[in-house]
Amino acid sequence: MSDKQKRGLSVSSEGEKAEHKAVLSRRKFMGDTLKTACGTALLGLGMGTYSRQASSFPAWTIRPPGALPEDEFLGACIRCGLCVRDCPYDMLRLAELGEQVALGTPYFVAREKPCEMCEDIPCAAACPTNALSHELKKIEDARMGLAVLIDQEECIAFQGLRCEVCFNVCPVQGEAITIEMHHNRRSGKHAMFIPVVHSDACTGCGKCEKACILEEAAIKVLPIHLAKGLLGTHYRLGWEQKDKAGKSLVKPDIEHQYNLPEGVRYDYNQGGLEVPPEAKLEHDTPFSSNPLDSLKKLQNQENK
Amino acid sequence: MMVKSSERHQVPGQQAVEKKGWIGAHKWLILRRMVQLGILALFLAGPLLGVWIVKGNMASSLTLEVLPLSDPYVMLQGLMAGHFPTTEGLIGVAIVLVFYALVGGRVYCSWVCPVNIVTDAAAWVRRKLGIKVSSQFSRSSRYWLLGLTLVLPLITGAIVWELFNPVSLMFRGIIFGMGWAWMVILAIFVFDIFVSQRGWCGHLCPVGAFYSLLGQKSLVRVSAYNREQCDDCNDCFVVCPEPKVIRPALKGADRGIGPLIDEGNCTNCGRCIDVCDEDVFKFSSRFKG
Repeated sequence: MSDKQKRGLSVSSEGEKAEHKAVLSRRKFMGDTLKTACGTALLGLGMGTYSRQASSFPAWTIRPPGALPEDEFLGACIRCGLCVRDCPYDMLRLAELGEQVALGTPYFVAREKPCEMCEDIPCAAACPTNALSHELKKIEDARMGLAVLIDQEECIAFQGLRCEVCFNVCPVQGEAITIEMHHNRRSGKHAMFIPVVHSDACTGCGKCEKACILEEAAIKVLPIHLAKGLLGTHYRLGWEQKDKAGKSLVKPDIEHQYNLPEGVRYDYNQGGLEVPPEAKLEHDTPFSSNPLDSLKKLQNQENK
Repeated sequence: MMVKSSERHQVPGQQAVEKKGWIGAHKWLILRRMVQLGILALFLAGPLLGVWIVKGNMASSLTLEVLPLSDPYVMLQGLMAGHFPTTEGLIGVAIVLVFYALVGGRVYCSWVCPVNIVTDAAAWVRRKLGIKVSSQFSRSSRYWLLGLTLVLPLITGAIVWELFNPVSLMFRGIIFGMGWAWMVILAIFVFDIFVSQRGWCGHLCPVGAFYSLLGQKSLVRVSAYNREQCDDCNDCFVVCPEPKVIRPALKGADRGIGPLIDEGNCTNCGRCIDVCDEDVFKFSSRFKG
């Protein structure tokens, strides 16, 4: 048996020859197809896996206003750069090969050039795919990220120094960042003017991060999922429920009984100690200057 | 004087140059390069000179603030990922679809795509160096890749191919900044010279595959209207980026096949017209044949 016969291919007549040729070409076709299919599948696996890695948007970069959530954004953005072109402040750029941002997608870095929050949102209006949503009508509703006063050790407000630059540059002034006064325990007599960010108003434009006077900004715009916590949905805050219901939903606490002189009472609702003028006190204050008096009084009460 | 075809292969179009002059034998090539570079220039005039004629890039653009143009292939990938474009985006897609359906889908490849300049250069270098070895894989690989690039968004929800696509990478790179993109372009250049003849554009590129399907029935066609004059010099086959498309039209007279190159993969580059000293080819239309 010849080699060809062993493989089921005998060469005798012209007709059979043609048939063998067809068999061979069919084999070649199927082999080639299988090869290409396997190659394509492998390539797809590689590309798909890489795309998952490439979709991890770094925290120091910010998408333009109106950007869809990152995973949706990567399915909608076609990398045309029209948003980049229509930004009048030229602060957007498309990720180049080798950068950490998904190739060709638009972003900005707050510390370099923050969003100027144009009222007509030209970048989003230019987007042909709604990757920057046209549903965003007011720039104040944009949520590009959330500013976080992330370093409370370096921020000079926490040293008791006056700065408030972030508060002053904030475009949603007095709402996104407010200044709260705290006691300065170092000096004992001054106040600290602490900037506090409010997530219900902060657009994540990054102007505060850009303006922070430190070498490395103490206030930074982070992706919202990194900046925000989320209360478990099963939580019910008692005081809110009470307001909603108009009454307490649980049995009221038994009022704590302080050991107070007659006629004197303690108001729980922030009033504190109440000393009516008609209260007969041994001294000017309900408390004796001699701490032993209180003890004696306690003993007397127990004896009664 | 007859020249042996093997000798003529060294410099395809030499006869045409002698007969028609250098300009005459490179007419369509020159025109094509002017269009390719002109389109890039239009996009670059804005960022470089502040003259805003066209904004964006090949994925989507806005010309003179009124004319939207969008790449149907990338929009289709977005659609597969579950995202519908805006009305303006759709109008842009429609205009582009109609245009390429009429003039030939792969006109995009030879008249617009900047990678074509790179791969044409690679083919030229390959001929100059006389490199004959070429890794053999199917020209239909590109359709597999095309299918893959449309399936991946369906699975991942992301436009995966745009993380790799050398075509948009190069175009966007020139207009918005290259980064390391030139490495990819260099890789294609080297691949086409040393690994596979016309490897990228002719075998792998899914963008070209998409546009070839779009231009299956296009009106503008190259016709071998003068095919009786063919002296079998083979020059057209040597310069053609898709040599398979020529044979039926040029040699199919006996089998009753018309002279029209009726193949979606003909890029309408017109090089066959240039290099033919017998003027066998010309641009024609589907109706004239």
